[in-house]
Amino acid sequence: MSANPIPIPTPTDEGKSMRPPMNFQTRRMRVNSQRRYLMNYLVTGLAVLSTVLVIVPLVAILVYLVYKGASSLNFAFFTQIPAPVGESGGGMANSMLGSGIILLLASSMGIPVGIAAGVYLAEYGRGRLLAMSVRFTADVLNGIPSIVMGIAAYSLIVMRQLHFSAFSGGVALAIMMVPTITRTTEEMLMTVPHAIREAALGLGVPKWRTVISVSLRTASPGIITGCMLAFARVAGETAPLLFTAFGNQFWSFKLNEPIAALPLQIYVYAISPYDEWHRLAWAGSLVLILMIMVSVTLVRIYAGRNTLKGAS
Amino acid sequence: MPQAVPTSRMEEGTPSGDAPRLHAPAILQFVEAAEPVAQEGPQSPIRKYLNARSSGGVADKTVAGLRLICAVSIFGVVIFILTILIMRSKLSLAQFGFSFFTRSAWDPVSGDFGALPFIVGTLETSLLALAMAVPLAMGVAIFLSELCPERLRAPISFLTELLAAIPSVVYGLWAVFVLVPLMRDQLGPFLYKTLGWTGLFEGANFGVGMLTASIILAIMILPIVSSITRDIMLAVPVSQREAVLALGATRWEMIRTGVLRNARIGIVGAVILGLGRALGETMAVTMVIGNHPDISKSLFAPGYTLASVIANEFTEATGNMYLSALIEIGLALFIVTIIVNAIARALVWAVTRGAPARVN
Repeated sequence: MSANPIPIPTPTDEGKSMRPPMNFQTRRMRVNSQRRYLMNYLVTGLAVLSTVLVIVPLVAILVYLVYKGASSLNFAFFTQIPAPVGESGGGMANSMLGSGIILLLASSMGIPVGIAAGVYLAEYGRGRLLAMSVRFTADVLNGIPSIVMGIAAYSLIVMRQLHFSAFSGGVALAIMMVPTITRTTEEMLMTVPHAIREAALGLGVPKWRTVISVSLRTASPGIITGCMLAFARVAGETAPLLFTAFGNQFWSFKLNEPIAALPLQIYVYAISPYDEWHRLAWAGSLVLILMIMVSVTLVRIYAGRNTLKGAS
Repeated sequence: MPQAVPTSRMEEGTPSGDAPRLHAPAILQFVEAAEPVAQEGPQSPIRKYLNARSSGGVADKTVAGLRLICAVSIFGVVIFILTILIMRSKLSLAQFGFSFFTRSAWDPVSGDFGALPFIVGTLETSLLALAMAVPLAMGVAIFLSELCPERLRAPISFLTELLAAIPSVVYGLWAVFVLVPLMRDQLGPFLYKTLGWTGLFEGANFGVGMLTASIILAIMILPIVSSITRDIMLAVPVSQREAVLALGATRWEMIRTGVLRNARIGIVGAVILGLGRALGETMAVTMVIGNHPDISKSLFAPGYTLASVIANEFTEATGNMYLSALIEIGLALFIVTIIVNAIARALVWAVTRGAPARVN
């Protein structure tokens, strides 16, 4: 019993400062780990703080917009055209109609081309250099400033026709829609399982039929999501419309004439010196945001259900 | 053998219909692999039926061709925009040459143009906005990808997406009526008092100016930068995190060595993407920057950016030289954003394309 190999330190050995070793940690390691944990808490705190710092003002912007917009929204806003300066009342009915016309034009040009290009990338050009470069170009095109699109449409159409037109605005927005739709269509088609395609081809269905009735059909919720996102994005664009659609104070139905658009009208009213026009700008913003948010939220709900049935 | 070649070509041209099927295997090797393999022996009723019916070969090629045209049209659009911008800005390109970008004259009356004030304004506001937005965006991305409780993740991501969808003109409206008074009455005097010695906050403060434009830009690029950074961080394999944690690292050390180091290229890409967005942002900036072509050291001073000068003066540009100068500014913006975006995309791709993360 006296030959115990492990010397047990006793308080009498080296005074009270000697602590028993804890998990073989030295004093330096303890200090070090304290520092590490402190750093950990510090960074965690910073991350939470920055999230709060970002979320709170952004929500504040949103709430303020809704508050200002809702208090200036009335029935006349939806039914009347702008009143002359100095008169109260008036609305943005013609701008909403104009926005609708321009967006319809843009969608009817941009969506088919975008989807077709996406189908090419996913179904025909998989792994080819051409597809890779088209994909890359689409991504780059996505980041080109909208005002440059405006200049391009101006140089292409307005300079030829020598007058502003709804059509040129639609072209500018259509070009902006294409890359977004192409990329989402491609990504959605990539998620379609190969087995489904092979089943169709195995039944003797030609490839074009397979693509249209099987691949596109299966991926359609995702593709619709992409179209809605592109739509929401261009719905609020002002810069490309400044010198293509130009704006109009009156009703206009012709594609060949200047036409009013909601974002454009908001811009004009926001930088004007009249209180009445400011009120209309707030109301217009609320309507615009609601329009965009409804489509984004719809997309969100729709995409949430986007699970392929029978996919393995 | 030589006379067999035209026969096979004919066969290739008529994949369907009742062209006689050739049996010689020597000819078959000229037929492309996509061709239906010729049947041996007498034709069965099923084969007859299938041959009578369209094989879809023509339709297939047409549809594929259409898709190809649409895909290539994306290329076409970029090249087309480039050529049309160069064509329309020929006048000022010829007149000023490269010195257009180094001169600070902007005098529409006498037809003397230089883009330096706009370039300086664009760079200043964009970089300032990045300096404000990037640290915050990193914090948000770290929070969302590593720390956030599962229940909060979806709502916060949704909110950032929503905020990214708010149109620029609405941010501009908010800035004009909320940010500008705030800047003029509270933030501006405060900055002058505390940081006035740097000389960056000199002169009259009207609320509109470089700093206000930078702040609204920062607010606008925050959702984009943070959501891309978050996606990139989530693309880092979980095994990396687990490995670092298994070595006894704290959570921050795990984020630093396991996540940030692996994702750094992509994060740089996300930041550059934010820069691209800031460079081209038009409406909100135009509404609050003050629109004055001057280079000033003070951040309170009104300025001008490439995009806002186009937005502001394009419709009232009189004279071909004026218009051509504005289009040349657009051309510069186009080329710069293409380069910036190409670099950013390449970097983001390098990370998120599913390449296994390297440990180093």
